[in-house]
Amino acid sequence: MPQIEVRDVSLVYDTPSGRVTGVERASFSLEASEFLCLVGPSGCGKSTLLNIIAGFLTPTAGEILIGGKPVTGQGMDRGVVFQDFAQLFPWRTALGNVAFGLEMKGVSRAEREAIALKQLALVKLEKFARSYPHHLSGGMQQRVAIARALAYNPAVLLMDEPFAALDALTRDDMQRLLAEVWRETRKTVVYVTHNVAEAVFLADRVIVMTPHPGTVKTEVPVRLARPRDPLSVEFLDYQKRLLRELGQHAAAA
Amino acid sequence: MSPARLRSIRRTTVTLLVAAALYEAVARSGMFPAVLLPTLPKVATALASSLADGTMLHHAGATLYRVMLGFTLAIVTGIPLGILMARFRPIENFFLPLASALMPIPSLAWVPVFILWFGLGNAVSILVVFYAATFPILLNTWSGVRSVNPLWLRAAGAMGANEQALFWKVIIPGASPFIITGLRQGFLRAWIAVVGAEALAASDWGLGWVIFDAKEFLNADLMLASLVVIGAIGFVFERLVFGSLERTTVLRWGMVQAAKG
Repeated sequence: MPQIEVRDVSLVYDTPSGRVTGVERASFSLEASEFLCLVGPSGCGKSTLLNIIAGFLTPTAGEILIGGKPVTGQGMDRGVVFQDFAQLFPWRTALGNVAFGLEMKGVSRAEREAIALKQLALVKLEKFARSYPHHLSGGMQQRVAIARALAYNPAVLLMDEPFAALDALTRDDMQRLLAEVWRETRKTVVYVTHNVAEAVFLADRVIVMTPHPGTVKTEVPVRLARPRDPLSVEFLDYQKRLLRELGQHAAAA
Repeated sequence: MSPARLRSIRRTTVTLLVAAALYEAVARSGMFPAVLLPTLPKVATALASSLADGTMLHHAGATLYRVMLGFTLAIVTGIPLGILMARFRPIENFFLPLASALMPIPSLAWVPVFILWFGLGNAVSILVVFYAATFPILLNTWSGVRSVNPLWLRAAGAMGANEQALFWKVIIPGASPFIITGLRQGFLRAWIAVVGAEALAASDWGLGWVIFDAKEFLNADLMLASLVVIGAIGFVFERLVFGSLERTTVLRWGMVQAAKG
């Protein structure tokens, strides 16, 4: 049984300029521990789809099953990481942020701090456990956000362009770190990005979406050994193929 | 003490010394009768003797008691109501027009009304303080909750926070820069209002009452000494109480920035 099933999901919303179809009949599924990237230009509904899986939005048609159970709202079987650094609570230290989910679960203070420290070590930030977010760089804040989403041990990790606001060098580091974290934790990941190289580097499978209305165009499995070399010919071939699917022939040429 | 702190103390001292010197020059110039404009040593003597015999402390204590009671009432009303207004549309619809209509009425304009209703005494001053402090606290809390980053609510919701946890662990700290501003403005307005209310409605004790009572006997030195005490207590609250509240919370969290230099 797949870990996540997206079945014929549509989302239509009313705007002052009329009805807009954000997502039209999207269907795909993920096996447990699979890393899936949703790729597409802005307006293709990839973030909307992620927000539906997270339970922040309710689809107007179709349904989503996680572990065989239909999604009806937010739930602790999913951890969410957003693009905006401001997602961390500024009034809590890195440790306090990571421990938040465990606190909500009612885990004792000593235990949740021990778990939170372990999660911070996973993203190599154990030295900054007592720092407040505003003393951390953007990349470090995003690492805290990843640790926070993993701390209460959800089966699924949902990530909405978490590294899009970082500079290119930091982004490369973050991608390598995330690949490592994923290898160690074996979470099922849905990762939204508009960056084709990022998708080829991280994903087992890439879902290409096109806009107006947002639809799933095709799926591309990435059969490259890990860790992946972004400069290899095969890697570049995958990039070209994805760009072609996105309709950016000129960019691929 | 850090060099920055020492510099700030030095700057404050210079300001106060210059102002005092200007006053002293005018007082000694003979332009006004000495009994109306006493020199600083005379004011200092009046202050010292009223502190020594305990009367000034008793007056200050009476005023602080009224302020603290009224201010506490304003906090327990203003903060929860402000949060409810920001979270629930019907509550906002009901209370916002009420607040807009009541807020422009000067708190002192209520004093005669309250005297009529409650007689002379503590109740009037406490109610005036409550009236003066509630609106800044209420409206700042309301704005603060509305400006809480929706991403924090989403993230907390995804991590299993229920309504109660959202309230205490996300909304209150998230709105804290505004709430602290509201407390600050509320206290300032309460402190201004209490002196006026006491002048009109208090009997025997209170810093506002001293000034009006001393006027009857042309005790300008005691009047000015009371003003010094009023200013000093206000200063202590503004700088020490609210200043350190800000330093240990929103400044430390980087939710507001300290001015440069």
